[in-house]
Parts: sequence; structure tokens; C-alpha cells
Amino acid sequence: MATAAAPIATEPLVVERHRGFWQRWYRTPSFVAGLVIIGIMVTMAALAPVIAPYNPNHQDLTQLLQGPSSKHWLGTDNLGRDVWSRMLYAARVDLQVAFLAVCFPFIIGTVLGCISGFYGGWADVGVMRFVDVVVAFPFYVLIIAMVFVLGPGTRNIYIAITLVGWVSYARILRGEILVAKRQEYVLAARGAGFSDARIVMRHLLPNVITQAIVFAMSDIVLDLLAIVTLGYLGLGIQPPTADWGTMIADGEQFLTTHWQLSTFPGVAVVIVGLGLSLLGDGLADLLRPE
Amino acid sequence: MDLLSYTLRRLLQAVPVVIGVTVLVFFMIHLVPGDPARTMLGTHADPARIAALHKEWGLDQPLWVQYKDFMSRLLHGNLGDSLYYQESAGTLIMGRLPATIWLLAYSTILSIVIAVPLAALAASKKDAARDQVVRAVPMIGLGFPPFWLGIMLLLLVALHSGGFFPVGGYGNGFTGHLQAMFLPSLTIALGISPILIRSLRASLLNVLESDYIMTARSKGISERRVMYRHALRNGVISTVTVLGINLAFLVGATVVIEQVFAVPGIGQLMLNSIFQRDFPIVQGVTLVFAIMVVVIYLAADVVHAMLDPRVRFD
Amino acid sequence: MSEPLLEVRDLSVDIVLSRGTIHAVDGVSFALEAGAAMGLVGESGCGKSMTLRGILGLLPRTGRITGGQVLFEGKDLVKGGQRGLREVRGGGISIIFQEPMTALNPVMRVGDQIAEGPGHHLGWSRSQSRARALELMRMVGIPDPERRMRAYPHELSGGLRQRVMIAIALSSEPKLILCDEPTTALDVTIQDQILKLLLGLRRDLGVAIVFVTHDLAVIAQTCETLAVMYAGRVVETGRVEQMFREPHHPYTLGLLRSVPDFDAVRDSLEAIPGMPPDLASTFSACRFAPRCQFAQDDCLAGEVDLHEIDGGRTVACLHDDACAAAASADPVIARV
Repeated sequence: MATAAAPIATEPLVVERHRGFWQRWYRTPSFVAGLVIIGIMVTMAALAPVIAPYNPNHQDLTQLLQGPSSKHWLGTDNLGRDVWSRMLYAARVDLQVAFLAVCFPFIIGTVLGCISGFYGGWADVGVMRFVDVVVAFPFYVLIIAMVFVLGPGTRNIYIAITLVGWVSYARILRGEILVAKRQEYVLAARGAGFSDARIVMRHLLPNVITQAIVFAMSDIVLDLLAIVTLGYLGLGIQPPTADWGTMIADGEQFLTTHWQLSTFPGVAVVIVGLGLSLLGDGLADLLRPE
Repeated sequence: MDLLSYTLRRLLQAVPVVIGVTVLVFFMIHLVPGDPARTMLGTHADPARIAALHKEWGLDQPLWVQYKDFMSRLLHGNLGDSLYYQESAGTLIMGRLPATIWLLAYSTILSIVIAVPLAALAASKKDAARDQVVRAVPMIGLGFPPFWLGIMLLLLVALHSGGFFPVGGYGNGFTGHLQAMFLPSLTIALGISPILIRSLRASLLNVLESDYIMTARSKGISERRVMYRHALRNGVISTVTVLGINLAFLVGATVVIEQVFAVPGIGQLMLNSIFQRDFPIVQGVTLVFAIMVVVIYLAADVVHAMLDPRVRFD
Repeated sequence: MSEPLLEVRDLSVDIVLSRGTIHAVDGVSFALEAGAAMGLVGESGCGKSMTLRGILGLLPRTGRITGGQVLFEGKDLVKGGQRGLREVRGGGISIIFQEPMTALNPVMRVGDQIAEGPGHHLGWSRSQSRARALELMRMVGIPDPERRMRAYPHELSGGLRQRVMIAIALSSEPKLILCDEPTTALDVTIQDQILKLLLGLRRDLGVAIVFVTHDLAVIAQTCETLAVMYAGRVVETGRVEQMFREPHHPYTLGLLRSVPDFDAVRDSLEAIPGMPPDLASTFSACRFAPRCQFAQDDCLAGEVDLHEIDGGRTVACLHDDACAAAASADPVIARV
């Protein structure tokens, strides 16, 4: 029967790929390495309230600009705050915002990309023209302009990133769907009289979403860099909340004497970036059909 | 079709995008929560000034009239007047533009100089030691915040160079510019090189498997000539598009880099204007940036067509 | 007897793939006199293309020569290193590939591609190279060469592209041209033209040719001698008329019986049953035995090497007499 045939046609394709995934993931070095790095960073960030030796905002005015010591592992900053504790709390904030900030553009971009790719015609033209216009603005410029217009602060960072970041997902999904909708299993599903929404959700999406997920990995890095940059410029996460960007900015004036204040937060960002890159590469390898 | 008609066709295609850009820029002011004039001037501002600003920006008019006025002013080159500097925004922006253009041009050249030999080196012997090293670089490099890289370069190079690479500024005269802008341009170049290297290497590996490379080798020419005359000519074609996309992205990063290195370009102007809540300047600079991006994409397409004769014939 | 122009001795080429190492060419030997034309036939995957590429050292990235010698004018190319190979490629041996669309650089004008070889090696000026390119284009029969020089490969038809390839091959004034299925990708009418061109060039310039193909009809038109390859090895060599009239190797016989006949009308085509073996494996018997109608127990005892028979022929079969007898009784080709 047609109704029974369609699901059978789709099930194996997706199931096979996932089965391969569960068998191979621990043998893919880049994936494992990335997972380890991110795992460590996320764990430390999550446990910050537990493992941080000091309150990150506590100012000890007798201990200004101290170098690394047994009391303060990474020293103190110009307001006597413990750098190591601030790094941990900054990890908490920055990682949280970066991971969360990816979700909204992902969802919105996916929806618009699916509509655009699946229906084509005016919907496609409309969405793509809009994409062209948004893309004409440099990423940072638009984010900064948005933050300017809406005001600084964490909530507005989410809004700005969402308004700007959805385009990549829309493009990816649209491209994938344009190719996928010509596949036989889609034609079979259509012939069986399934509704459009069901076709897209149950049959197309699971197969085309992998590209978007891999991209999301590098997008998290991008968002993290944007958050940290905004913090550096004073337009992002507001003091006194610890954030790697503001820490770098604070330490800039002491570059010649206490270079570690600006260096360590940057190193933290680089490590997270490395971990996510490895994870993304490993994921791309794993999700690629053999 | 020849190159000229292709260019003209692409120019025409860019027009709707530019119009869309102006619409978006125009709408910026309406995204401000509450009364934009009051937000710009501050809550304690003189009500008369607020009313004057309302009139000047036509905020009491219907939307499409506002847009019409906005566009007609724009076409006359009028971007409004700075709230802070008592000067036309257009003049201010034009004055600062050269530094930013210098920065972008210098960065592009540096990134090509870095990426091309490294990618060729890696692709010439796949999986060899030098390939592994070149592949590892983008891994780490992609996570570097551009501004932090700039600060590190300041720390490691400028401060020890005895003034050869100044800590900031634009410099005087051509050589002065070359020296002063080297570190900031290098920062940007190092920012986009990883992606360029990755893309070019993949493209070259692909090309090197082609039959025409075999034909080239069968003529007995040196491997070096095979790489630079045959492989690269084909390999860079797809990388030009990637370069365009990345350049467009990095145009935005100039905002931060100009801040780190105190370069008097439009990026720094934008940031200062943000803190001074000088809306017309922010709006004007955003527009200029967008136009620059459109131009870059156009240039990338044209260069692509120059390099690949097959593209023009459709 | 003078030294042969080209002598391939026991050449072996391996290609490393993800699923294992393929012994694409496994001990191939043949010789070619100056000005002679030799055919090299076999099914797809038998190693004939790799043999040609191995002669010039143009192997894929994961391929390498694992043994044997390639003696060109007495010098061993395998031992000569990259420098020696480049010298020979630049003036001595040229090669023509099957698919001219992919074998020509898509972003370079064809005139430049033709002029590149001599320009590089002989250090000619632009005008000299250009003149030479024009001359070559006329030689290969490309109409309106001044205009065509500036064309890109995708602007030319398949036949013209192949002529460009031939012009490139001639540009280094070679003594030997290796042809890797140069007509397979072309229309039948164009095929004919290209073949006539090659024959004419051979006659006028005295170049030797090795012609790789799976089409016996082409061999009949162009070559004097023939080597048949199967599963990476040569299984029979000899003069074309002899081999067509009385093949001594069962595979050769099978090939002849599976092609549309030249003169007489046959009732049906007979395909050779079975499939060629996987070249990643090692062999301890005659490679053709599984598909051979004359096979007996001794064929499974070990690999069979080429041995000489009358008339300067060689064959790698233990029961070649039986095969020849069967061929004489029911000839594919009565006269050639």
C-alpha cells in the first residue's frame, strides 16, 4: 500500500546514518577531542559557583594588580578581584549566551529556509531578496547598530544575533531542500497524499538538518566572538558581570606591565573555539553518508 | 558575452539590493524603543530641541513620506547633520573613509600573500608533514577574537619594535601609512587567512586530480609551473567567492580593529558616535558599510568572471 | 638488429585505494621499433591505461611503479628520476588522452596550451611559440587557426578539441606518441577523421605509436603489432594479421568473437562469460582460467608467463595449440 511504502522508504535512510553515528563516534579523533575540550569547559563553567575560590565581584583593595600566586592562581586585576574566579564566571556567562544565542537563528532560519526551498515561487524570491539585503550588512556592523538602537545588555544581544544570524541557516536549508525534494522518497510521500507540513517535518527535515547542525557548531564560535567583541567595546554584557571581553578591555591599559590580564581571557576563547571546531569537523565526518 | 556586459548586468542586479539596504537603514530609527529623538538627546534635554529634531527628521509625517524625504536627501548626498560635531555627516564620513579603505586593501593583499603559498605548499603533497601543519592552523586560528589578536600583536611586536610599527594611528605619507597600518592589516589578514587557506587547499587538491594537470605534466614542464600556471589558475576561481564573503565579513571587523589600533577610519567614527548617541552618523556609516559590501561582492563576481571564461557565457 | 625505440620490461604499477592496494599493472613487457604502430587492447580495468601512464610516470597521486624498467632509446626512465622524465616528456614521448574536454585546461586559450611545451623547453619568444602553434594547428587540420588560437576549450567541438590535444602532443617533436583511447569519446564520423589524421602524421613524421583501445576494429586499421592485456598482464603479442587469423590465447579468441565482425556476417555476438578478477588479490593460477573454455588442471597450478612461439609471437597460455586449432576451425576473420 502506498501509505505503508512511504515510511519504509524514508526510515532506512535516516536510521542507517544514525546507527553509523552511534557506532563510530568514539573512533573519530576530532569529534572525541572536541567533545573532551568542550566538556571540560562547560563543566568548569557550570560548577563555577562551587569551584571558584572567590566571589568574582569582590574587590580586595589591598591586593591590587597582584601577579599569580598561591592565593590568587592567576593574580588579581586593577580592582583587586581574583582573575581565576572571574574567568570561571565569565565562562559561565559567555558560554551560556553563545550556546543559547544559536538556537533562535537556527529555528527561524530553518523555518524560512524550508518554506523558501519547498514552495519556491514568490515565497522563495521574497525570502531570498530579504537575505540578500541582510547579508549586505557586515555582521559586526549590523550587530553593533542593533545594540546601539536597542540598547546594551544581554537580552538585546540575543535579539541582535537572531535578527542577523538567521540568514545562513535559511540559505543552507533552502539549498538542501531544493535538492532533496526531488528525491524519490519525497515524490512517494507526495503521491501518498501526505500534507506538506508532514512531508517536510517527518521526511525531509531529518535528512537535511545535518548540514545546519554542523554549521551551528561554527556559528556558536562566531556568536561567542561577537559577544566577547561587544563586551570589549562596552556594548555587550554590562559590568560588573564578568565577561571575557570586558576583562580584556579592562586589562588593556596594563598591557606593558600586567599582560596576563588581557591574555588569559583571550586564550580561553581560543580554546573554546578550538574545541568547537574539532567538534564541528568530527560531526561533519560522522554525519557524512559513508 | 564579454566582461563589460557581464559587469553591467551584475551592476543592475545590485540595484534592488541597494534599495533594500536603504530601506533597512531607514528603518533603524524606528526600531529604537520609545521616542528616538528623546533617546538620542537624553531624557533631560530641552523639549524645544527635541521638537526641532522631530521636525528635522520628519518623525511626525507618515512613513512613506519620511522614506521619500530620506531617499531624496540621500540622492543629493545628504546624510544628515551630526548631533555632536555640528558638521554634515557626509563630510565627516568622507574624511575618515580613506583610512578604512587603506586598511581593507592592505588586509586583502596581505591575506592573499599569506594564504596562496601556504595552500599551494599544503596541496602539493597531501597528508605530508607540511600539509598537516598547514591544516592545523585554521583549526586554532578560527577561534581567535580579531581584537584580541590585535592586542597580542601590539604586545609582542609593536611594543618591542622601537616605534617602527607604531602603536596606533594612521601615519603620514605613503610609507608612513604602510608602517602604521601593517599590524592592523595583518590582524585582519590573519583573521581571514585560515578560511582562505582551507578553501584554496581543498580546491587545489581537487584540481590536481584533473586530467588537464596530467596533460600539463606530460609536456615536461616543471612542477612549480604546473602548480602556479595551471593548478592555481583554476583553483583560485572558487576561492575568489570565499574571499569576497570573508572580506564582506571583515569590513565589519574594521570597527573593532580601528579601535584597538586607534586608526582614524569610519569604524572608529561609528563607535565614538554610538557612545555620543550621534544617530545620523551611525546611520550614515552603516549605510556606507553596506554599500562597501555590495561593491565587494560585485568585484568578487567580476574577478571570478575574469578568471573563469566559462561563466560569462550564459 | 637495431635497438627498439621503446622497451618495457616487467613493469609493475600499484595503486593504493582505501579498500586495499591494486596491482594495476603486474609485470608487463613489450617492445616497439622506431616508426612502428602497436596496439594495446583489453577490457576496462585490465591495466592498459595505467601502463601508458606508467611509461611517462604520470600516475595518480596514490600510484607508484613497483618494479621493472622502461627503456626509451636505451635509457631507463624508471631510474631516471623526475628530471629524466621531464626531459623525455618535453621531447621524446607524448601522450594523448581519451576525453579532451577534461584533458585541456579550461581557463587557458588553446593556442597558449599548444605553445607552452616548446616555449618552455626551448626558451622561445612569444612570437616564435605562436608561429609554431599556428603551424601545428594547420598540421592537425584545424580550420581558421588564427582565430581558433584564442578560443577556450569549451568553445570548441569534441573533434576539434582532440585535434588540439594531438597538436599539443606533436609540439615537442616526439618520436613516440602514446594514445589512450583517443577516439572512444567521439562520434563515429569524427573517430574516422582522427584516426586518418593519426595515420597520416605517422606516415609523414615517422613517429611510433602505441594505441590503447578496447576496439579491435580500430586496431585493424592502424596497427602492425598488437599486445593483448588481461588482469594487469600481457597475455599475447604478435603481428595483427597473424593474431586476428589465428589467435593463440583463449582471451584473444574470446575478444575476437565478441566484436561485430569485420567482413563476414555472424549470427550472434558471443560475450566472454564471467568477470575479470579483482586486481587487489594475489594470484596462484592462470588469471583467465575461471573463464576459459580450454582450461585444464595444470592451468590452476601456478601463474602462466609469456613464452615465445613461431613468427616472433609470444603467448601466456599452456594450451595455446588447442586454442589456435579451435580458431582455425572456425575463424572469426577469414582474411585480413
